[in-house]
Amino acid sequence: MKLLNCPLNGPRNIAEFSYGGELHTMPNPTMCDSREWAEYVFFDRNEAGVVTEWWMHNASAYWFLAERNTITDEVVRTFPASEMFTERVDSINADKA
Amino acid sequence: MPFGLVKFGLRKAYPARHQFTPANTKLKKRYDVVIIGAGGHGTSIAYNLAKYHGVTNVAVLDKGYIGGGNTARNTAVIRSNYLTEESVAFYRESLNLYRNLSNELGFNVMTENRGQLTLAHNDAAIRNFRWRAEVNQHLGIRSELVDLQTIQEIAADLNLSEEVRYPIIGGLWHADGATARHDAVAWGFAKGACERGVEIHQLTEAQDIEVRDGKVIAIRTNRGRIECGCAVQAVAGSSSTVAMQANIRLPIHTFPLQAMVTQPYKPSLFPHISSPQLHVYTHQTSRGEFVIGGGSDPYPLYNTRATLEQKESLASAIVELFPHLAQAKVLRQWAGITDMTPDYSPIMGLSPVRNYFLDAGWGTWGFKATPICGKSMAELIATGHVPEIIRPFELERFYRFRQVNEAGATAASH
Ligand SMILES: Cc1cc2nc3c(=O)[nH]c(=O)nc-3n(C[C@H](O)[C@H](O)[C@H](O)COP(=O)(O)OP(=O)(O)OC[C@H]3O[C@@H](n4cnc5c(N)ncnc54)[C@H](O)[C@@H]3O)c2cc1C
Repeated sequence: MKLLNCPLNGPRNIAEFSYGGELHTMPNPTMCDSREWAEYVFFDRNEAGVVTEWWMHNASAYWFLAERNTITDEVVRTFPASEMFTERVDSINADKA
Repeated sequence: MPFGLVKFGLRKAYPARHQFTPANTKLKKRYDVVIIGAGGHGTSIAYNLAKYHGVTNVAVLDKGYIGGGNTARNTAVIRSNYLTEESVAFYRESLNLYRNLSNELGFNVMTENRGQLTLAHNDAAIRNFRWRAEVNQHLGIRSELVDLQTIQEIAADLNLSEEVRYPIIGGLWHADGATARHDAVAWGFAKGACERGVEIHQLTEAQDIEVRDGKVIAIRTNRGRIECGCAVQAVAGSSSTVAMQANIRLPIHTFPLQAMVTQPYKPSLFPHISSPQLHVYTHQTSRGEFVIGGGSDPYPLYNTRATLEQKESLASAIVELFPHLAQAKVLRQWAGITDMTPDYSPIMGLSPVRNYFLDAGWGTWGFKATPICGKSMAELIATGHVPEIIRPFELERFYRFRQVNEAGATAASH
């Protein structure tokens, strides 16, 4: 059993979590062209090395971030999203930006 | 007979000629075509270039050995009962080529026409199978919805009891389904390519790709720099990292896919059986082993490690379908790293870099495409024209939101 350290629930079986994709910035959906949007939706870096990615603890629906080495599968660190985001990011806020 | 052995040893034919480029062969300064990756796909492209287009100044590079990637690790399922017209037309052609591949190569690739049965455990699956059967039949392949009685005739040992988690209620029978000896496919193509002058350099890793004025000009390897007229990458799980060397981003995520085989048994199951709902599939190989595979790992990783969780999930699912396998010992288990695309379809053709071609995004389904992919990619490289049969699979489709959606027909069925 592999453990993942959830910032909210502590160390849990990794089977209790869902992988949520690489952390990347959303272009402004009302301003960007369709190629930019396609890149945001489909094209990831898929790097071999330490990557920052989203994870969710399923039972508590808690989203957080993890730095994980995609070659060795070692999780370097997990941390709450609030370390990186001070306000909600959605199309409305992106519009203001 | 020891005497016969001595006689054989003294004959001119012994030692046999190298089938592949010998290990100490020096790299040339320049090749017309450099192929990165000597799996089934890379060797098939090389073979087709040499045999059908007379292009023989070709080097195939592999950081490991011939066919040691996913070509060595797959469960060898060949089928064409996909969901979209584009895919059915493409894989149908590959199946046709597989039927004659041993003759074509002069090398036994052991193609076996087993038939493939996909199981439905719920109404949604039946609806999906009806749809697929209609599309499939329209395009001339053998694919039909079957009831429990027919299923029993196809696979007598299959557990049709209702006293299980997910009782079987019907199936999609694909009489054209087959398997082939996966390693032999790469060896056969590699041998045929080398006989015609192609060089295959093993333990030779592409480490950087030189692009000048938007055009590929050279590949830097651990054994030095080689110039090239054009280059193509066929590196499966490493697709993103190799493409990044040419500054190309791909819509690919690399996930491990695991499989295992049991100890050998007397022949009892000929067709291939797959259950998308239980995430498991199996057939009995000609050695008698049940080869068992299923869905991908739950998150991306560049590592061929295997996990107990995945083995447990495969085992618990397979004993539901074949209870007698509960006593079976697992002989071998392994993983490969697969290049998954968002629409479960491959990426073949042109790239943003001139003279640099892509053969990627083969995920968990690319073995069956080896002959047709090699044929079409060779045509593209030799003529510069994208063959119609692979046009729908170009990288550009993601920018136009024109995906070829095979998620429903591919997951866990390969
Ligand atoms: C467990 C498992 C089961 C599968 N089952 C099926 C199935 O039943 N049916 C089916 O159709 N498909 C199946 N697949 C998918 C199939 O195996 C692959 O899609 C197919 O083999 C890809 O072939 P390839 O030649 O492109 O890649 P590979 O055979 O992986 O060859 C790529 C080669 O590139 C080399 N390489 C990588 N990076 C570099 C570099 N930088 N420089 C030089 N060389 C490099 C690697 O060493 C490797 O030899 C399965 C895959 C797995 C892992």
